Amino acid sequence: MNLLLVLQNILAIGVPFSVALLLAALGEMFNQRAGVFNLGCEGIMAMGAFLGFLPSFLLKGGALAPWAPAIGIACAALAGVLLGLLFGLVTVSFRAPQGIAGIGLQMLGWGTAGTLSRHFVGGVTGIPGIDAWPIPGLSKIPFLGPILFSMTPFGYFGFLMVPISWYVLFKTPWGLKVRAVGTHPRAADTMGTNVARTRYQALMLGGAMAGLAGAYLSLAQAKMFADDIVAGRGFIAVALVYFGRWHPLYILGGSLLFSIAQSFQLAIQVLGIDFPYEFAVMLPYVLVILVLAFAKNSRLRGPAELGKPYNREKRV
Amino acid sequence: MAKNADRITELRVEGITKRFPGTLACDAISLRVGEGEALALVGENGAGKTTLMNILMGLYQPDEGKIFINGSPVRFRTPNDAYAAGIGMVHQHFMLVPNMTVAENVALGSAELRGRFRLNLGAARARIRQISERYGLAVLPDAYVWQLSVGEQQRVELVKTLCFGAKFLILDEPTSALTPQETDELIALLSRMTADMPLIFISHKLAEVKALSNKVTILRAGRVAFSGDTADHSSADLAALMTGHEVKLPCNECADGCGETLLAVRDLKVRSDRGHYALDGASLEVRAGEILGLAGVSGNGQRELADALAGLRSAESGSIALAGTELSGLAPRQIIGAGMGYIPEDRQTEGIVPSFSVSENLTLKDFASPRFAAGPFLRLKAADANAAELKKRYDIRCPSTATPAGSLSGGNIQKVILARELARGPKALVAVYPTRGLDMGAEEFIHKRLLELRCEGVAVLLISEELDELMNLSDRIAVIYKGRILATIPAQEATRARLGALMAGLREEEGATA
Repeated sequence: MNLLLVLQNILAIGVPFSVALLLAALGEMFNQRAGVFNLGCEGIMAMGAFLGFLPSFLLKGGALAPWAPAIGIACAALAGVLLGLLFGLVTVSFRAPQGIAGIGLQMLGWGTAGTLSRHFVGGVTGIPGIDAWPIPGLSKIPFLGPILFSMTPFGYFGFLMVPISWYVLFKTPWGLKVRAVGTHPRAADTMGTNVARTRYQALMLGGAMAGLAGAYLSLAQAKMFADDIVAGRGFIAVALVYFGRWHPLYILGGSLLFSIAQSFQLAIQVLGIDFPYEFAVMLPYVLVILVLAFAKNSRLRGPAELGKPYNREKRV
Repeated sequence: MAKNADRITELRVEGITKRFPGTLACDAISLRVGEGEALALVGENGAGKTTLMNILMGLYQPDEGKIFINGSPVRFRTPNDAYAAGIGMVHQHFMLVPNMTVAENVALGSAELRGRFRLNLGAARARIRQISERYGLAVLPDAYVWQLSVGEQQRVELVKTLCFGAKFLILDEPTSALTPQETDELIALLSRMTADMPLIFISHKLAEVKALSNKVTILRAGRVAFSGDTADHSSADLAALMTGHEVKLPCNECADGCGETLLAVRDLKVRSDRGHYALDGASLEVRAGEILGLAGVSGNGQRELADALAGLRSAESGSIALAGTELSGLAPRQIIGAGMGYIPEDRQTEGIVPSFSVSENLTLKDFASPRFAAGPFLRLKAADANAAELKKRYDIRCPSTATPAGSLSGGNIQKVILARELARGPKALVAVYPTRGLDMGAEEFIHKRLLELRCEGVAVLLISEELDELMNLSDRIAVIYKGRILATIPAQEATRARLGALMAGLREEEGATA
């Protein structure tokens, strides 16, 4: 049953990997459903990672130290909201091309986080961070227990966000507006939905979730901050939204697929299987490219107006 | 605001002016609609009708002018304000979100119907049922909009507007996408509704104007050209007021002067996008100096035939010959070179490059010829001179030939396409629904040109759904049904009933369904 143990290990490592991707991708899903394509997700995650880490670093050993992770989480989410607002200002109000604005936001977030880190922190320093909270009883379930029921709070939150996002998107009036402004903004406008406001709201929500995803990386996964901590996960999250057809359930599937492939790749190296590790490292990325290339390109259910600024006074 | 009034007894517009870059869309327009009235707003494409209605809906802000409801002034900053005041609009391009259900679309527009935190579609469904029973408009609340036909979507659009509590209706060319039967039903329904609420109705079709409205306002170039009672004026009068001159849609009255066969299609088999044979062994011949009309309910292979003739879709088997040259298998470039002219079905996306200037669009098929190019360089002056000449000859109304073609009205875009195709001196011309959605002035212009072309000895294939157009212009009429030519009859022998039966697939000899 050695094989089973290996499998359990791969999953127990892979599932937590998926949390950052899942949070960021669900946030990005709201952006895209509302018609805004936020390539700056990576930058928001970098800021979230830094601000999540900073209170723990500054308050280390102080009286407030136990509260530091919570303060960090709040800061990360708030920074995400603010960066989402900024992106909204540029793409919704000023109607700048979203792809270019997204690259700008990515560089802004990444550069700011790195610069502030060099100024306030200096070198790479560890923090206590947030440990797993095993659920009593459930975590003792053979095989599944260690995988599903001994995650960090971020993990539980992330997985809980899947049904919550689904409900918000398909079962609430706000979700209805989000879907409408991403598909036919003029129709939504003629029916009294404020297109700009809805897009801003979606961007703020998406930003908050990207910020949390970043905080997860520094507080729970790495327990330190380095300026390349996000390592392209923001871009993978954007790709996963396409992969997941703008649906929370498929996005969950995509995040898990990618993360488990990554964990599998680590296992290959750890177990010393004779396989060039460079190729193993490529595996998850190749997988995403392949899946995107072969996924059916159906826009029927997705946001048809994705990436297009809306101008009410434009003649049709 | 007149928000709480039970009924709207009067809507008045005074001195509305709206400018767009380069055009004055509305120029001091005033009009008035009272209780029980249906006002028809007519005018050529680009006369400012849609712009005016978008102002009434709060979608555009007027530069000058005022709107009054029941005598008190109102200002609509957003469509929400207009809804709150009881104005409902049925847009020409349906304002429905295609990947949502009918009930979801209704819920989107009405806060009271959708609940606050939990989407409650029950209320929306109930309201839809109530409205559809009251006005006899059958609508399925849980159907996805993209699954519905155009006629059904039109009904949904109307029901949606009524669900929001409209007390005054604005309909922007509501019949432009409907079949004749659907049009008749809609007109009857709207006549019943005028008892409940006044309405403004935009149309090109004077028959509908006569049938529905009791008042008519004619716009020309952004100004009110005429306002009065419908009953006092004949369709011909109205057409003359609309275009500024007397309109007589030309007829093909010349004697049969046809020459030898120029365009011959033999046993053509072409697959549709969905993979089945949309053209299943179709054959037809067009002679020099002849207009062959192709009648048929759309979707019976017309699009695939046109695509194949233009080289945009490859034929599985069969042949297309133009003056003896085999065209099937050739690239569009070679087909153009062989002397084929083409007026595509979708003028906005296939006929022009919308972001290119009028001048550039006029040289799209010849930009590489020595006339417009010197080696790798474009001869822009030659192109501009060409554009200036064609603008005059084809009466293309645009601020300048450097204007992006996509910003022109439908009729003028069609004139750009027509000018480009005809100035090249084609041997044959394929015209697909050439007057669809155009006003009478533009229609008359295009009909005249097609007849001129016939006199010049060009073979014209006219694909259309409008039976009057086909019977007026054609020498012979072929009827296409399920990818085959069911019959070809001389135009003099064609009647609406006979064509209608053939279009429905009834073969004449046997009288049974094919």
